[in-house]
Parts: sequence; C-alpha cells; structure tokens
Amino acid sequence: MSADSKKKQNEAHKFGIETRAIHAGARPDAVTGARNTPIYQTSSYVFDDAEHAADLFNLQTFGFIYSRLTNPTVSVLEERMASLEGGRAAVCAASGHAAQFLTFFTLLGPEDEFIASRNLYGGSITQFGLSFKKLGWTCHFVDPDNPENFRKAITSKTKAIFIEILANPGGIIVDVEPVAAIAKEAGIPLIVDNTMATPYLCQPIAWGADIVLHSTTKFLSGHGTSLGGALIESGKFDWAQNDKFPSMTKPEPAYHGLTFYETFGDFGFSTKARAVALRDFGPCLSPANAFYTITGIESLPVRMERHIANARAIAEFLDSHSAVSWVSYAGLKSSSYYELAQKYLPRGPGSVFTFGVKGGYDSGVKVVEGVELFSHLANIGDTRSLIIHPASTTHRQLSEEQQAKAGAGPDVIRLSIGLESIDDLIYDLDQALSLV
Amino acid sequence: MSELHYKDSFIRKILIETKAIAMVGCSANWNRPSNFAMKYLQGKGYHVIPVNPRYAGKEINGEQVYADLADIPVSFEMVDIFRSSEAAEMVTDQVIELASEKKISVIWMQLGVRHDEAAQRAEAAKMSVVMDRCVKIEYGRLFGELGWSGVNSGIISSKRPKVRV
Repeated sequence: MSADSKKKQNEAHKFGIETRAIHAGARPDAVTGARNTPIYQTSSYVFDDAEHAADLFNLQTFGFIYSRLTNPTVSVLEERMASLEGGRAAVCAASGHAAQFLTFFTLLGPEDEFIASRNLYGGSITQFGLSFKKLGWTCHFVDPDNPENFRKAITSKTKAIFIEILANPGGIIVDVEPVAAIAKEAGIPLIVDNTMATPYLCQPIAWGADIVLHSTTKFLSGHGTSLGGALIESGKFDWAQNDKFPSMTKPEPAYHGLTFYETFGDFGFSTKARAVALRDFGPCLSPANAFYTITGIESLPVRMERHIANARAIAEFLDSHSAVSWVSYAGLKSSSYYELAQKYLPRGPGSVFTFGVKGGYDSGVKVVEGVELFSHLANIGDTRSLIIHPASTTHRQLSEEQQAKAGAGPDVIRLSIGLESIDDLIYDLDQALSLV
Repeated sequence: MSELHYKDSFIRKILIETKAIAMVGCSANWNRPSNFAMKYLQGKGYHVIPVNPRYAGKEINGEQVYADLADIPVSFEMVDIFRSSEAAEMVTDQVIELASEKKISVIWMQLGVRHDEAAQRAEAAKMSVVMDRCVKIEYGRLFGELGWSGVNSGIISSKRPKVRV
C-alpha cells in the first residue's frame, strides 16, 4: 500500500448500538424535513415514464414499485436491523415464521436438506419438521449441546445449519463458534435465530453466522403490539465456493435469467429473497407495523437492561422457592450454560426462561391460572410479564418425547419477564405458587 | 489481502466531480452487471462511454461502443473497469499513459476487481483509485437510495439528505 492509500484507510468513527437503535436507516425526510419516519401508507408508487418503470422491474435502478416488495417505512426498519446486527442488508417479513420461509425458499430446492438444533420455538419445529416436508425439504434435528452432532448429520444434500443461539423456551445456549466453524468447513451458511437475545445482547454475525433471523414481534417491537420478522445477511458468505447454491449463482428463470450473486454481490441473498420469494409468496410487513417496530427499537437498549435485571431477580427468587424443583436460567451460576452465557451474552442471557413446578402438569396449570399480574398468553418480549405452560400451548403439537427434548415437559412453566416493579412480580408469583 | 477502506467524503467527491465515465468491459446483454450499472449511471446524468472490442462500432444503451480507450474522441474523468484483476493492471497502465490527453483523474475497479501494484502506479501518477467497489452501489449508498433495498449504508445523520435525481 502506498502512503496515499494509507491516508485513505481511515478508521471511521463507529457509532454505538444505542445511537444506531435510534438513528440507523432513519434520516429526516428529504422533502419535508419530517424528523420521525413517516408511515408511507401506500400500496404503490408512480413511475416517471415507461422506461423508469422498466428499469425498476428489471432491478436496474433503486426505487419503489409496490409495497409487497419495498415500502419506505419498511426500508428504514430493514436498514436499522442490518445495522444493529452488523450485517450487510435485511429483508423484513410479516412475521418471524415468514422470514424463515423466505430464507429457506431462497436456499433450498426439492430434496434438499438442512440441520436444525432440536432446541427451538415449538412452532419452528413444526414448520421445519412437518410443513416444510410437504415442499420436499427435509430437516434433521440434532442435540446442540455437542457441536459435533451437527457435523455428523451433514450429508451431500445439506444446505444450511439453523440454531437459536439463546433457545426458546429458555435457559439453553448453543456454543455458536464451533458450529460456525463446522458450517464453514462444509461450505454451507449458518443461520442463527437471535429473537430471544436481540442484537443488544448478542450479534451472531460476529461469531460466524451468515444469516440472522428475527421475530421482531418480541423484544424489538417490545410492546406486544406488532407482528413482524426480519432476515439479515452478513454479506460474507461466498455462494460461488461450491455448486450447492444454484439459486444464487445460476441465471434465475423466475427473474429474466438474472444471476443474483454476480449482480448484487454481498447483498445478493436478501435481494433474491425479496425479488423472488417475497414477490411470489407475499408475506410482506405492513408499513404501520414497521413504524411501531422502529419506535420500539429506539428504546431497546434501556428496556433490555431492565428486562435482564428483573429476570435475574425472579430467577434467584424461584431458585430458592420450596414449590420449585428447578430453574433453567443461564444467568444462574448453577446453570450448565453459565459459562456460555458469559461468553456470548455478557450483558445477560435475556429475560425468557423456564422453571419446573413440583407436582407436574396439574401444578403447572394451577400456577398459570393463579397469577394476577403476569399475563397468561403465547408471546414473549413484552413490557408486560408473561407466563405460559408450554406443554399445553406452544409445544402442544409435539410428542411427549419431543416436548421433553425441547425443554417443554409437563412440569415446565415459561416466563417472559417484563418491566414492572420487581416486588410486584415476585409477590404475584409467590401467591400463585402458594396454590400448588 | 487487507480490507480496503475509503472515506465516504473521498468517494462522494469523485461521484460529484465526475461527468463522463469510460466503462471498460461493458456488456451489451441487459442482465449483466455492467449493463445494469451503465443504465443506472446514465439515469443519474453521467455520460457513460462503453469500451468493448466485441461490440466496437455498435451501440449499448444508445451510446457508441469503442474498441479501446484511446479511440474515444472526447475527454472523460473516470475509467470504470469491469474486467478481471489481471486485465485491470493492463488497463490501468494504459490509463496512466492516456491520463493527460483524455483528462482522466479516476481509476475505478468494480466489485471483485483489485490490483494493488497497478493502483500504486496510478496513485503515483496523481490519480485517484477505488478498487473492489461498484459505482452504482456507492452512488446509491451515499445519495440515499441503497437503504431502499434494506442495505446497511452505514450512514448516521440528523441532516436532511440532499436528493440527487
């Protein structure tokens, strides 16, 4: 490098995550100066002339056609998600499940396979294991506690590895770094769902993830108001390193023979997910939901601090309660995941976790019905504290064996700790446990 | 190889001061990346001059194609190279020779194209060099359009963006 080149190599100021949670993707409106992001509640956008329309449809220029593909409010959320995760680009979707579908539709063809951790949100186990099967995609589930299990399950048809780094329903952390090394060696992308941790607690791309997925419905939106999902690509995966990804490296018949990796480079995957999967299946995010999510993310860092402080206090309270047989929270020193939590989630291992109530299924039902402040519902990551009995709800579709393997056995109660006064949360749980 | 870093202000200055771009290796096929970039940059008001011996004398996107940079009868500030890294070295050496005659001040090598030694020679000849970047993507990133596709522009600012149509 010459002296001139060195001068150009500056270390640009790196903005912190608190700043990016508020500003990334959201400059003032160019025309009106509106400081907050407007809700562009429009289905479609005028073309300057026929040539402009053709350029847009051909993806030769940047711009808006129809809100199933892109919308200016949704675009702000997409850029913000890409920034927070340290990725190159993002595509938002109607829900986390929709983001998963867009990702796997872009990656897989009929008879392709992928490997997933068995410790996942129950709805994902059903989506991968049953619904995807109808499309000719096979998912092999493995115990993530030993990263070598992923290597053993790889075949010539394997196109990806999928994990939740902080796994739902709680307390389990996957050692992502060795799993990333296994995926890299096999020439396949590592997909990490980061919903439970959020980019404030963990940024999986820094540990080797190639694609990060979110249900933005949870802590990002943060107030239990707005469904949404996002896929973020790192921009670092070489789709041309082998012949496993023809949908990225060969001319695409569904898009006039365009070759997405060659044309769009490090944001080729998200461009393909948008231009083909989102276009043809349609699970787009509404601009109003994008707005609520953008607003929610602005306070993500301060909310997560409180979520974690409250979760720690509740976990300690339950750990010493006589009606509780065990607590699965990686922030407790007694947890076998404590060391992994220190490594991957140094600010704290989230605020969703499980505990076992003495007396099994019936006791579990008594507790979820006995609370007065905790809300009994199927969501996580709300300002409100939430409680659920997975065996009778979120993980109900699974067999007993699957429930047990997913950490959702009959005695398990899942909590999502909110932002209320800690004394009130402890008071409520204590009175509900006294009913057992 | 180390990662390349260019200041946003450096790239922005090049894009604002450039009026005409000779595009070496420009394809006549509409769905090739070079054709994409040419069409986009034409739409932003740049005079893009395609250079490709395969199509010499014909037109791409309404512009006459030249076989060689030396054949272009007008001056142009930038040479944008859509060739392999090895070929980029030869093109760069030719540009250094033609620089004063054609008033060329910028050598730009596209995504995936990089030749550090050639770049050093060009910089020694007082030229600005950008490697492994796409002119279209950088234009979109710095002037606010790239975020429309959910791409992380890296730009944080409380100022109203200046729209360049």
